[in-house]
Amino acid sequence: MTTTSTPERRIAPKRGIMHQPPSARSMLVKIALLAIVDAIAVFAMTILFFQESWLVLVILGAVTLLVNVIYLSPGLLPAKYLTPGLIFLAVFQIFVVLYSCYIAFTNYGDGHNSTKDDAISALVSQNTQRIEGSPVYQVQVVEGAGGLGLLATSPEGEVLVGTAEDALAPVDPGAVTQDGPRATALEGWTSLSMQDVLQRQQEITALQVPLEDDLSAGFLRTSNAIQAFVFQSNFVYDEAADTMTDTEAGTVYRDLGNGQFETEDGEVLGTGWQILVGFENFLYPFQNPKYGEALLGVTLWTFAFAILSVGLAFVLGLFLALTLNDPRMRSRKVYRTLSILPYAFPSFLSALVWLGLLNTEFGFVNEALFGSANIPWLTDPWLAKVSVLIVNVWLGFPYMFLICMGALQSIPEELTEAATVDGASPWQVFGSIKFPLLLVSTAPLLISSFAFNFNNFNTIYLLTRGGPRIAGVDENVGHTDLLITLVYKTAFEAGTRDYGLASALSILIFLIVATVSAVAFSRTKALEELN
Amino acid sequence: MRFGKWLRVLGWRHLVGIAIVIFAIFPLVYVLSASLNPGGTLTGSNQLFRAFSIDNYVQLLSDSRRPYGAWFGNTLIVGIVTSLGTVLLGALAAYAFSRMRFTGRRQGLFGLILVQMFPQLLAVVAIYALMRGISEVFPAVGLDTLIGLIMIYLGGALGVNTYLMYGFFNTVPASIDEAAKIDGAGHARIFFTIILPLVAPILAVIGLLSFIGTTNDFLLASVILSSPDKLTLAVGLFRYVSEETNTNYPVFAAGAVLAAIPVMALFLYLQKYIVSGLTAGAVK
Repeated sequence: MTTTSTPERRIAPKRGIMHQPPSARSMLVKIALLAIVDAIAVFAMTILFFQESWLVLVILGAVTLLVNVIYLSPGLLPAKYLTPGLIFLAVFQIFVVLYSCYIAFTNYGDGHNSTKDDAISALVSQNTQRIEGSPVYQVQVVEGAGGLGLLATSPEGEVLVGTAEDALAPVDPGAVTQDGPRATALEGWTSLSMQDVLQRQQEITALQVPLEDDLSAGFLRTSNAIQAFVFQSNFVYDEAADTMTDTEAGTVYRDLGNGQFETEDGEVLGTGWQILVGFENFLYPFQNPKYGEALLGVTLWTFAFAILSVGLAFVLGLFLALTLNDPRMRSRKVYRTLSILPYAFPSFLSALVWLGLLNTEFGFVNEALFGSANIPWLTDPWLAKVSVLIVNVWLGFPYMFLICMGALQSIPEELTEAATVDGASPWQVFGSIKFPLLLVSTAPLLISSFAFNFNNFNTIYLLTRGGPRIAGVDENVGHTDLLITLVYKTAFEAGTRDYGLASALSILIFLIVATVSAVAFSRTKALEELN
Repeated sequence: MRFGKWLRVLGWRHLVGIAIVIFAIFPLVYVLSASLNPGGTLTGSNQLFRAFSIDNYVQLLSDSRRPYGAWFGNTLIVGIVTSLGTVLLGALAAYAFSRMRFTGRRQGLFGLILVQMFPQLLAVVAIYALMRGISEVFPAVGLDTLIGLIMIYLGGALGVNTYLMYGFFNTVPASIDEAAKIDGAGHARIFFTIILPLVAPILAVIGLLSFIGTTNDFLLASVILSSPDKLTLAVGLFRYVSEETNTNYPVFAAGAVLAAIPVMALFLYLQKYIVSGLTAGAVK
């Protein structure tokens, strides 16, 4: 590592390797692989071009160019080996971390999913009503690249086609198949048979095809896949005034900068859009004291859960290692193999198996072990905490058992002998010689085990889903929730989807874990230096 | 040895051993018993091995609403492709770090450790949002696709894995590469035909760890996958018991047994290596 900056060392291996000209076969393989990558990239860029996603298009183009340069130029050897992994790392690790930070400062979530334009068209198209006496169109349901669409024949006999995204537009009469006055097929589109229509009825009745690009002109909707009527929205957006008017109720909603349309007296329309909200998500626990209190409880429990899980499993594992490691004991291999089985069992299944065992009414533990008692193992706040700890110790002790055994075996026998000769009791030998040595070698593993359990999503979520719920808090927070399950519940469980708040919580977790690891690792270093 | 002494020296050890074995295996025995019990509910499962029938297995494999076979296949595909990809990407990077000297090498190694401080688990919201964006351009690799999920997992291919491999690559003497170079081998040839076979043990360990990690993942898989035939075992089996715990349990138990037996068999077969691997890590 000290030679990084010495020029000879840096260039020498490169030159040595580059002396050999690449063989024709490897050259061919390389070019073929690059061609595949480029083809995919060009395909993607075409789609992006039509979707007008310019920024992504430019980034993709630049990356593709870079990849070509790296693999076609004769030098840049390290880059040739690093690029494939780095691309995935950049997109799915580094980018998503930065993106998380960005989301934490937005109101992204249910009701604030997209841009303002999308919100306006959603509001307009969600509130349509049939216009009485409007013209009737003959239609055929067709499917194209952009999804379901309507092939419509207007009362005047004009043939048009459109989808939910693209407004109706006239088609080339030469490409149309007519059945009497009604157009039934169009080149480039698949007409749905009556059977398909029956199968996809819900989709078809929900389909709204705009008459024009301006949504206020109305939509075509069909209920029987043969005739369509004109529907119009009772929400009208006024671009100049930036207001949304409900023509039926006569209410005017305005954009007051909160990512939604609202009236002066606080009435809000359900569909809003994404905006930056600054530190609002981070301040949320402080502005809602009950939630803040629950969050503090969750944070403390997360620490308690991680420390107790690691501690209990370690103590049990160490005790077993000391007990079962006696060479005079026959069949100790059998004990060892059987007791590490929980470690071999897929961990996502363990929690679900225990879920059945601990069921209050029908579970094995209550029925068979406690004589049909109704002990609420998973639904009482304190018992649920005990239960998840028992399950997690069950999952974790075999690992601790194995590493303690390994560590004990690596402590030289001479140390024990010397101490015994000096008159130390077995307890003294263990307490002042073996245990400190063992702790030094297992400390890094205990820390990573702590970090793992701090975010032990599976044990908690699959067993209790974080429940039972804490009473008196509006948000869905439970007594056994860890911070990570809270992130998941905040982001992905129905009714609560708030991506901004969830991202803010994950940044909080990151800060905690990073601090704890940094402190812990510097402490273990100190521990190592002592010896 | 007299009985009293035996009890004091060894007997209690056997008692501890028996107690811990019961604690360790009773959930496993229970799930096996429940899977063979034709009763159909949790209640009937509490008398161990009272009855024997494969009804639950038949029901498990014939339920078209919950295609267990497809879940099993998906889990294998995702697990195998991810672990192969992780090993390949990680080994390529480790080779570069171990054998080449370039600017930013030390920073790169340090950066890999740093990036891991923010696990993908925490960025799950951003991952979901990103995949939703990708879905709009490329539905084939976006939400609800196995390829999409594999790509996400490969995002974690570099990192601790590379670091472990890097350490192992360093133990292979550089003189071997140099000899091959003199014989006229190019860098790719050296990597694929000389280095990779020599570091096979670490590749196997990384592959196995990645496979286990991927198949056990519930969080990302449940966020990305949604349609019944695309699920992995973790997500699918969770849905089995999360809906109506009581009635589906024996069928779930059958699914759990089928999913666990191959894994446990592999584990017991490889036990020696896993144990020695852990131990080596423990007493580094």
